[in-house]
Amino acid sequence: MHYAPAPLHIPDGFLNVTVSVIFWVVTIVMIGMAVSRTNKSLGEKQVPLMGIMAAFIFAAQMINFPVAGGTSGHLLGGALAAIVLGPWAGMLVMTAVIAVQGLLFQDGGLLVMGANIFNMGLLTAAIGYGLYRSVMNKPTGTKLAVAGVAAWLSVMAGALATSLQLWLSGTSNLQTVVIAMLGVHALIGLGEALITVAALSFIFRTRPDLLGEGSASAEGGRGWIIAGVIVSLIVALLSPLASAAPDGLERVAIDMGFIDAGQDAPYEIIPDYTVPFLGETPLSTILAGVIGALIVLGIMVVTGRSLQKKTS
Amino acid sequence: MHSDVFDRYHAANSFIHRLDSRVKVVVTVAFILSNALLPDAAWTAFGLSWLFLLFANALSDLGPGFTLQRSFIVLPFALVAVTVLVSIPGEPLTTFRFIAWDLTITDAGLLRFVSIVIRSWLSVQMAILLVATTRFPDVVHALEHLRVPFILTTIIAFLYRYLFVLVDEVFRLLRAREARSAAVAGFRAGGSVAWRAGVAGNMAGQLFLRSYERSDRVYNAMLARGYTGHLNTINPHELRRVDYVTTALALFVILLFQVVGRV
Repeated sequence: MHYAPAPLHIPDGFLNVTVSVIFWVVTIVMIGMAVSRTNKSLGEKQVPLMGIMAAFIFAAQMINFPVAGGTSGHLLGGALAAIVLGPWAGMLVMTAVIAVQGLLFQDGGLLVMGANIFNMGLLTAAIGYGLYRSVMNKPTGTKLAVAGVAAWLSVMAGALATSLQLWLSGTSNLQTVVIAMLGVHALIGLGEALITVAALSFIFRTRPDLLGEGSASAEGGRGWIIAGVIVSLIVALLSPLASAAPDGLERVAIDMGFIDAGQDAPYEIIPDYTVPFLGETPLSTILAGVIGALIVLGIMVVTGRSLQKKTS
Repeated sequence: MHSDVFDRYHAANSFIHRLDSRVKVVVTVAFILSNALLPDAAWTAFGLSWLFLLFANALSDLGPGFTLQRSFIVLPFALVAVTVLVSIPGEPLTTFRFIAWDLTITDAGLLRFVSIVIRSWLSVQMAILLVATTRFPDVVHALEHLRVPFILTTIIAFLYRYLFVLVDEVFRLLRAREARSAAVAGFRAGGSVAWRAGVAGNMAGQLFLRSYERSDRVYNAMLARGYTGHLNTINPHELRRVDYVTTALALFVILLFQVVGRV
């Protein structure tokens, strides 16, 4: 069977427990939101549709085209799925694809699956859909151009997040992994952008109703624009920082206690031993991960609330 | 194409095959978690974990080396860990010149690299054993019992069931492209890379529409056969005493690895 593992699927063993748990918690919360949103907006008919769309993404990843020197480009599909199916459904579909790749083909691990889903399913949907949504009412040409940029950026975001996770786990040297990952994926992302644009323009020509008013694609709220722009900005700011001046990022991580947290003493993420009775035990490691994730989520919720107040 | 092309299940009637799928999913995840929690250079614990894996392998009647042969899939990824060889401070072991840099491999870096590769190698073999001894619909059923949202398990079940149909569709598209891409030997055929990517994009768009329309027919066919939103199974999925005992024993042994690895 032609099934080529992609370089973004992290196998088990390459991320430490703290990083794995943090991304599992973030991913589970996002999937929980996606499940409750889609349960509300979709009828029972949509579930088989989403299942077959997940199979479509999986199968579409096998369509390749020769680039040069025996290498070939192919689709990852996160941005395309979110644009065509709407952001929440796109996230669920990508989650299913990554789960099956990990469970059935061992392409990506189980403990690190939360991170893999975050990198390839959630980030890509936020960027892909968010940027596309901002030009929803513009002419088709503009929409296609923005979709292309979003597709490229979504791949870069996934690559950047993967490198940062590997670095925080103490698996890779920051500068090397960021430059290598972003370098390779700048090319992979170009293929992704070209295929996404061509596929979308094909759908615009043949079934414009699937992307127009009242379709699943038009359902996402305006909040996605903010989410998409914020995530894109973070990628744009962090990438040069991590590849050109890794000392800066490393300094921030050391000051915040992340380096130790990531590399060998995860319990230090909690200042002053909030859980002293647990000491250096696995339980404490996991607990530290959960607490870290809750902090991240808290920041996200507070930012989201304040943004909502401003817009309403 | 047959529906079992993607199946990783190897039919047999061993002890492991007969265990409930929930037991296998839980023990596999616990084993992988345990590997990730073991500190670097915990050789005894890594060795015991490997024996545990070999024991499970022996109980599954798949033959020695079954999981080993398939475990090399993670090797390419080890490349991302190579940098720890030279980036962790420690006693220098050897220095070599790589293009323009003088790199020194340290003992601490080597220990870390080997530990990462062992963790990953043990974990992937257990995952391979899980899907080789459990039918995939049973794995999905176990996820359902383990409180994975219903909508997600249903999407996964449909993905698995229709994957081969759509892959057939992809092969038809690829064959059609091949048939139209005749080239005189020695001459470059086709357009630029962007043009080729455009062709691939049109194929993806085509595949999307075919899948979309097929999903309509699939849904109607299922409705006609009494689909109510639930995928039913005649497998009773009842936990027997042997399932409970095996889970308890396996988790206890995995806990022991942690104790051994940390003293």
